[in-house]
Amino acid sequence: MNDERGGEGFAAGPPQGEMRPLGGQRSTRSDERGGHILDVRDLHVEFPTALGPALAVDGVSFTLDKGMRLGLVGESGSGKSTTVLALMQLIKAPGRISGGQAILAGDDLLAMSAQQMRSVRFSRIALVPQGAMNSLNPVLTVRAQIDDLLDAHGQKPEPKERARHVAGLLQRVGLPENVADQYPHQLSGGMKQRVCIAIAIALSPQVIIADEPTSALDVIVQKQVMQTLIHAQREVGAAIILVGHDMGLMAQFAHVVGVMYAGRLVEIAPVQEIFANPRHPYTRMLISSLPSFATRKVFRGIPGVAPSIVNPPSGCAFHPRCPRAEQRCSREIPVDDVLAPGHHVRCHFARELPPVNAAGEALA
Amino acid sequence: MLEVRAATVAFGAPRSKSLKLALNAVSLVLPAEPSITAIVGESGSGKTTMTRLMLGLLQPTQGTVFYDGLDLRQLDRQAFARYRREVQAVFQDPYSVYNPFYKVDRSLLLPLQRFGLVKNREEAYERIQKCLQAVGLLPGDTLGRYPHQLSGGQRQRIMIARALSLEARVIVADEPVSMVDASLRATILESLYRLKTEQQVSLLYVTHDLTTAYQIADRIVVMYNGQIVEEGEPESVIHAPQHAYTRALVAAVPPPDPSIDWGLDTQALPA
Repeated sequence: MNDERGGEGFAAGPPQGEMRPLGGQRSTRSDERGGHILDVRDLHVEFPTALGPALAVDGVSFTLDKGMRLGLVGESGSGKSTTVLALMQLIKAPGRISGGQAILAGDDLLAMSAQQMRSVRFSRIALVPQGAMNSLNPVLTVRAQIDDLLDAHGQKPEPKERARHVAGLLQRVGLPENVADQYPHQLSGGMKQRVCIAIAIALSPQVIIADEPTSALDVIVQKQVMQTLIHAQREVGAAIILVGHDMGLMAQFAHVVGVMYAGRLVEIAPVQEIFANPRHPYTRMLISSLPSFATRKVFRGIPGVAPSIVNPPSGCAFHPRCPRAEQRCSREIPVDDVLAPGHHVRCHFARELPPVNAAGEALA
Repeated sequence: MLEVRAATVAFGAPRSKSLKLALNAVSLVLPAEPSITAIVGESGSGKTTMTRLMLGLLQPTQGTVFYDGLDLRQLDRQAFARYRREVQAVFQDPYSVYNPFYKVDRSLLLPLQRFGLVKNREEAYERIQKCLQAVGLLPGDTLGRYPHQLSGGQRQRIMIARALSLEARVIVADEPVSMVDASLRATILESLYRLKTEQQVSLLYVTHDLTTAYQIADRIVVMYNGQIVEEGEPESVIHAPQHAYTRALVAAVPPPDPSIDWGLDTQALPA
C-alpha cells in the first residue's frame, strides 16, 4: 500500500559555502541521471526592511524525484511559503531571490526571464493556492477560468477537444461535469479547492506546489481534498510539494518531510524516518506537540516565540528555545549533517541525541 | 449557571423558502462547578450561533437564555453589567480584536476601569501583571507593546488574561487556536485548562478540532445542522462515537504516525 513511500534516492545538495550567482547556464543534471525532477540548491530570498535585509529563505537545498510528495513544515514566518513561491518567481518586489538555483528537468527556474517563466507556470510547475475562495475569479465560470489557462498556453484550441479536456479534468478531481458551467459562489469550499486542483493539473505539470490547500476547509473536507490531490498527481505523474504546519497531515501525505525554521531547512528525511527518529530538537518538539487521541491533559508546546528574521539569533536560530542548547549553539551555525541517505540535519548534536520514543519523550 | 433552553435561531424571512435554522430547538447547560465544555462541528453546524446566544450578542427567535437562573432579557441594569463582566469572550482572530494604534495595555486597562474593579492605575497594573503571569506571559515582555509586536499566541493569551482580570466565571472561546501555529496551540490550551483548575473559571470551548477538544474538555457536545447530535464524556465520544457524524469527524483526524494507514493512498476518490 505504501509502495511509493520511502523517498529513495533523496538527497539535498551539499552545503554551499559561497552564494551562487543568479544566473544563466543550463544544467544537464536532470532526470536522465536517475531521478531528480527538481533540484533546488542553496536558495536565498531576502526582503529589504528599514532594519536591514530580512533573510526569509537562507540557503535551502533539496531535491524532488518524479512522483514524490515532499511536505514542508514550519511555523508562520519560517520561510516555507516563500521557498515554494520563489520556485515560481512569485516573490513580489521589494523581495528578491538573492541566490541559488532551482533546476527543473535541466532548466533553472530562477534564471528564466519573465516571459519564459510565464510559459513554464502551470505547464511545468503548477500552484494550488492557499485560499481557493480568493483565487478563483467570482465573475467567471469554472470553464472560462480553465479556458484562460489553456488559451494562455495555446493548448487544445479545437473546441470539441477542449470541452473533452475540461470534462476529463473535472472527472479526475471527482467533480460532476456541470460544475464547468457554474460560478465559484455556487460551489462549496471543498469543490472550489478541487477546481483549483483541476486547473493545476490541466497542463500535466512535472511539479505541483500546494500551499496549505486545506487550511480554510472543514476537517472532513480536508481529507477528501488531500485524496483528490493525490489522485490527480498520480494521473499526471507529477511530484508535489505540500506546504503546511500540520505534522499529522504530513505523516499521512508526504514521502519526505522537510522542517523549516527561521528560513533554514533544519531537518529533512523520509517520513517514516523523521517520525521514528527525529534528530533536530525542533522537529522532535513539533512531533511531540501534536495532540492525539492517545493522551489527555498533556500539553507539550514549544516554549518561546518565533525568531525575527530581520535580526535572527546568532548561531543556530533555534538556540534560545532549545532544551539542548549549549554555548556553542549561539556562536556557530550548524552545518548540514548527513546522518543517513536522505536524512539531513542542522544541529551540532544531531549524532549524539538518543532515539526518541513514540510519545516524543526523552530529550537529552 | 449559563443555560440555553430550547433555543431556535432563524435567519431569513419567516415562512420563506430561504429560511435557515441556525439552531433548531437546542438546549445546553453549563454546570455551576468549574468545567470545560467543548462544542465541535463543521462550519454552519450552529456552534458560533450558540456562542453568540451565550454572550448575549444575539437573541433567540424562540427559547430562552438564562444566567444564574434568570432570563437574560429580564436582567436589570446592574445584573446585566454583572453578566457582561462575568461571561467573557475569546475570539478566533487574535489580530482583529486589538486596535492597532494602541498598546495592548489599553485593552487590559479599559474594562477594569469601566467595570469599576480598580481604584487607580497602580492597582490596575498590579492586577494585570498577576493575570498575565497566570496565563504564562511575562508582564515585562508584554506590556507597553503594540499588537503587531506580539505573536498570535501571545495576543490570544492576553485576551485570556483580560477575561481573568475581570473575575470572569465563564469564558466563551470560539476557535481560539485555529489561527495560531500548531506549535503554539498547546501553550494556549494549557492556559485555558489551568483557568479551570487554578482559577475556577468555566470554559465553553468551540472548535472544529476534535483532538484539542479531547485534550481539555470534561464534556464534548457534537453539533450538526443546527442540532446537538451527540454529547458525553470525551472518552466515550471519541472512542465509542454513536452518531455517524461524530464517527466521520473522528475519522477525519489524520493519525500522527506514518505507519497507520489513514487511506489517503488506498481509498477511492470520494464523489
